[in-house]
Amino acid sequence: MTMENILLYLYDNQQQIYVFILAIFVGIEVISKVPSVLHTPLMSGSNALSGVVIVGSIIVLGHTNPDNYLALVLGFVSVVLATLNVVGGFMVTNRMLEMFKKKPAKKQ
Amino acid sequence: MIESVIAISYLVAVVLFIVGMKMLSHPDTARRGNGVAFLGMMIAIAATFLTPGLSNIILILVAMAIGTGVGSYMSNTVKMTAMPELVSFFNGMGGAAAALIGLVEYGGLPVTDMAKGATLMASLILGSVSFSGSMIAMGKLQGKIKDIRINKVLAFGIFALAIALAAYVLYAGEPGSPWIYAVLVLSLIYGLAFVYPIGGADMPVVISLLNALTGVTAATTGLLYDNMVMFMGGVLVGSAGLILTLLMAKAMNRSVSNILFTSFGSAAGTVSAGTQGDQVAKEINLYDSAILMNYAQRVVIVPGYGLAVAQAQHAVHDLEKILEEKGIEVLYGIHPVAGRMPGHMNVLLAESDVPYDKLIEMDDINGKFPNTDVVLVIGANDVVNPAANDDPSSPIAGMPILEVNKAHNVIVIKRSMSAGYAGIQNALFFDPKTRMLFGDAKKVLTGLTEEIKTM
Repeated sequence: MTMENILLYLYDNQQQIYVFILAIFVGIEVISKVPSVLHTPLMSGSNALSGVVIVGSIIVLGHTNPDNYLALVLGFVSVVLATLNVVGGFMVTNRMLEMFKKKPAKKQ
Repeated sequence: MIESVIAISYLVAVVLFIVGMKMLSHPDTARRGNGVAFLGMMIAIAATFLTPGLSNIILILVAMAIGTGVGSYMSNTVKMTAMPELVSFFNGMGGAAAALIGLVEYGGLPVTDMAKGATLMASLILGSVSFSGSMIAMGKLQGKIKDIRINKVLAFGIFALAIALAAYVLYAGEPGSPWIYAVLVLSLIYGLAFVYPIGGADMPVVISLLNALTGVTAATTGLLYDNMVMFMGGVLVGSAGLILTLLMAKAMNRSVSNILFTSFGSAAGTVSAGTQGDQVAKEINLYDSAILMNYAQRVVIVPGYGLAVAQAQHAVHDLEKILEEKGIEVLYGIHPVAGRMPGHMNVLLAESDVPYDKLIEMDDINGKFPNTDVVLVIGANDVVNPAANDDPSSPIAGMPILEVNKAHNVIVIKRSMSAGYAGIQNALFFDPKTRMLFGDAKKVLTGLTEEIKTM
């Protein structure tokens, strides 16, 4: 791969590079001030978001030739695991956050 | 037409991801934020089903049903204390899913497209590292896996070999070359070698880092498919996860490089707050303390000599009033010898008009600590030292104490780590539930009141 190729690749994909850099800043900005009691729930929530690979898992299984058994099995497992990541991730985050339900004021 | 619907749905999903994450970082909105992000995910998944030429729909739905069933069962039955393990497990599943995508796509890839090939290999390698690393992290949190010293150079060598082999497969390999499995195995081994030597106490930070890694993996998979929702979502998780890793390390009074590159990272950890053996007292800031109290149901204030020295009796009354206004029950736990003389605290607090029925004697308050969310220890030391109960050799052994370590959270306001009147170290300060809030009692209490007012 020559220098020219790399430059051409960057030129062809400049929109994605812009998006990439902006998204990094958004990610940093979004959680700039977070109290430490929320560290674990936030980690869990963003873990659920990384389950977005499920989109890729669905596409890969959906485009697999039904005769290709190995690919079918791998794709199937991939969808199961990605779903686990999404569903489990969001549910466990929700359970963690139950402590932040504002409790009814106590009469004294 | 259908492509635009998908593209717009993905755009909406990404916006919901960002808004959800923003809401997740504030306690009042966190639960709704989780829901918003979930909605975004549902939209992204639904839109994906519109992808032209999608077949095996039944198979996909069956797989999703299995994942949903197992995932909801696991997250509903897990004990509160075991949640970090579960997060690690789910994170590993995401990594594994991405690695499998890479593996399947490799079979159908025209090897001429180098850029696509490189993103595919990145998904395969990073996904595998994230998977095996997360599994080890989970085992360590459960205490099932012991620390093992692994040569860092060797570990890095394995990683480098995986990358080199991936490059070789891309350039010279025939389509469907079995060497791809060697790349997979090497990456899995690197994930193990990466997490094995790190101490169990540092696992939350490592899990956060692995979570960021899964995000990056999702992003590379997104590049592979030119899929914006995967790409954006992945980059978002990657960068937020990285910042969160740094924040967590800071909150634990540890540096990330120390955690990652020092084997058994305990004894050699950076220590600024004071140590007892290999234990490190954890600091907390005003804002975090205010949040803890703002969401508590019952706060017990344990005053000591430090309160008297700082003349902070009015400041503590102000804090009590603002908490009561928010519907939080505030009590004072009074040790008979708190301060330098019996009754010292009662006199002091009565001076600032603290209602007398809020001052609870030791025997009565001790029964309440297990149901107390936050104990705020202000300049008291020996009277809350668990050594009196646990350590027969301690100079204060047998002295009755306020058993604050039975509460859910303990915040200790103190000027420094110096010992109390009895001149002995206090194990309470190193309890995992305890956070140190250093500073002058009066200033700290005034600051806390201000923070809570704005919430």
